[in-house]
Amino acid sequence: MSIPPPTRKNPLARTRQPLLPPVPRSRAALGLGAAASWGRFALQVCASCEHVQYPPREVCGACLSGALVWRDVPSGGTVIAATNVRISADPYFRERTPWRIGTVTMDAGPAVIAHLHDGVAAGDRARLVLRLDKAGQGVMLALPEDGRGDERDGKAMREMTADPRDRRVLVSDGRNPVGQAVARALIEAGARVVVGIADLWRPFTPVAGAEVFELDVTDTDSVRRAAAEFGGRIEIVVNTAMHIRPGGIIGRGDVITARDEMEITYFGFMRLAQAFGPALRFRGADGTHPACAWVNVLSVFGLAGSPAWGGLSAAHAAALSLAQTLRAELRPGGIRVVNALVGPLDDEWHQSVPPPKVAPAAIGAAVVRALREGVEQVAVGDVAQDIVARWRDDPEVLAREMMEGMA
Amino acid sequence: MSNLTGLAADLASGRVEVVDLTQSLAPEFPTIVLPPEFGQCAPFRLEEVSRYDARGPAWYWNNFSCGEHTGTHFDAPIHWISGKDFPNNTVDTIPAEKFIAPAAVIDCSRQTAENPDFVLTRAVLEAWEAEHGRIPSASWVLLRTDWSKRSGAEYANIREDGAHTPGPDPEAVRFLVEERDVLGFGTETIGTDAGQAHHFTPPYPAHFYMHGKGRYGLQCLTNLDRLPPTGAVIVSAPLKIRGGSGSPLRVLALIER
Repeated sequence: MSIPPPTRKNPLARTRQPLLPPVPRSRAALGLGAAASWGRFALQVCASCEHVQYPPREVCGACLSGALVWRDVPSGGTVIAATNVRISADPYFRERTPWRIGTVTMDAGPAVIAHLHDGVAAGDRARLVLRLDKAGQGVMLALPEDGRGDERDGKAMREMTADPRDRRVLVSDGRNPVGQAVARALIEAGARVVVGIADLWRPFTPVAGAEVFELDVTDTDSVRRAAAEFGGRIEIVVNTAMHIRPGGIIGRGDVITARDEMEITYFGFMRLAQAFGPALRFRGADGTHPACAWVNVLSVFGLAGSPAWGGLSAAHAAALSLAQTLRAELRPGGIRVVNALVGPLDDEWHQSVPPPKVAPAAIGAAVVRALREGVEQVAVGDVAQDIVARWRDDPEVLAREMMEGMA
Repeated sequence: MSNLTGLAADLASGRVEVVDLTQSLAPEFPTIVLPPEFGQCAPFRLEEVSRYDARGPAWYWNNFSCGEHTGTHFDAPIHWISGKDFPNNTVDTIPAEKFIAPAAVIDCSRQTAENPDFVLTRAVLEAWEAEHGRIPSASWVLLRTDWSKRSGAEYANIREDGAHTPGPDPEAVRFLVEERDVLGFGTETIGTDAGQAHHFTPPYPAHFYMHGKGRYGLQCLTNLDRLPPTGAVIVSAPLKIRGGSGSPLRVLALIER
């Protein structure tokens, strides 16, 4: 059953406070969240005896080896028991009962207690996914194996994703091709979009169906004015502001371009978060379509700098670090922070860079998919995916590879 | 009574009026746009340091940043390559007496209302002189276009092929510096040159010839419609930036009632 659009809020009604499901986890169990943040289904596997572990632990439950490695495992299983929790002492679940949980025996071995999608019953085959709950912790969710059309409207899924449909989204920079593509993808996905445009006195290309508001992330007053005007009516912020210029340190000879990069990518992000973050965090339980996500479009070079784009890499590394802090600061509101990591764009500034390059439309599609699937990290395009894979394998080797000019 | 005490008395009585020719420094005020591969002039930005709050309980203040050529600003000769070798060609070394001078105000607002690419020619200047007398040496020549009454996109007036704003042609500027020995040239638009002045020969003649003779520029002026054609005295002292090529400043005009 599809969720109807939100009804108009009674302006005299109290805004309900966001609550979180239980937060504490062991260090080992945080691995579930790490896998879920990328949309992976990974569990600990014993390097000695291949036994798949669940719940996460320090030593193998079968052979007591300490060599447990997080690895993608088959996600199929059979629901052997289902139950409907009607009473809970936990304030978060108390507001959400009845809540369905069940036991699923995994094809990979262990039996797990998982949140159940509305369409899954005892005896059914199910597809387990790792999702981030409102507290940002990795949890198991059993979905119908056949992937029904209304999957994303399931009650548990709504709690663990940030579907832009019928939500109001701010795209911070609608002047650059990425912002325009992201705005178009969000409108296509059913969102109501406001695009920020800096320097309204300069010509710009409007995005059909999007509202325009003067917004310049380098101008504190402009960001504050925008937040004062409509910050309380935004459920998702997508920061698309970026300043793409080639160059590292010595060749540039001054810090002006670097300052512009930091001004837009780092300080701009901070200004937006200071202005729009408080209302987002406050409105994490506001109605049927509460505030739910913050998205940054950032360069994958933030993970490992490309010397040819050294200034940009540094600014994006700074922004990635800031995203980590924002994730912690927005967590009390149940707001997730998504980083869409992109490689070289197919734009004016990469005219002389050979393909593969990532098209702005692919970034728009990836942002929508990330929100619908509830992931916090996504690598968009071949270059970004390759760099993320190498980074996961060994960040120090990747750093040396980048020096050789692989990107 | 000395001239100065007389002036003070006239200011106090309102017989001499002070007209502010300055635009407010504000983040959204347009700055010059160059192709993106060139360095750019920073727009005006303001960061609040405290406002009677935890950051400073009893006081309000801001940090601001901008370029030397942001908002209503002064151009020193060193700003242009043609003026780079003059002595005293930076804002800190220009003799202070140059900052107070009379002005001739050339009203072209009727022409610019019809044509944003209006070009100030020698003929227009000579026609003005026929009516108001010879432009005195060491005076400012201010081009009134009423451009300051526009704002935002209308003010910048950028189209597919760049900005379309009025300005002087090369011959007019040479006439002013070589035959009238003026102190400088001032406009209401973002630059002293026309929006399409890169197509002139030489490009940007107001910059090239004015600074090439050690003269000055003022731009983003406002309230020129309140000045008489002759008789106004301009006070325009830029910030004393060491080695500076220009600076935002407060430009005042003294006029007699």
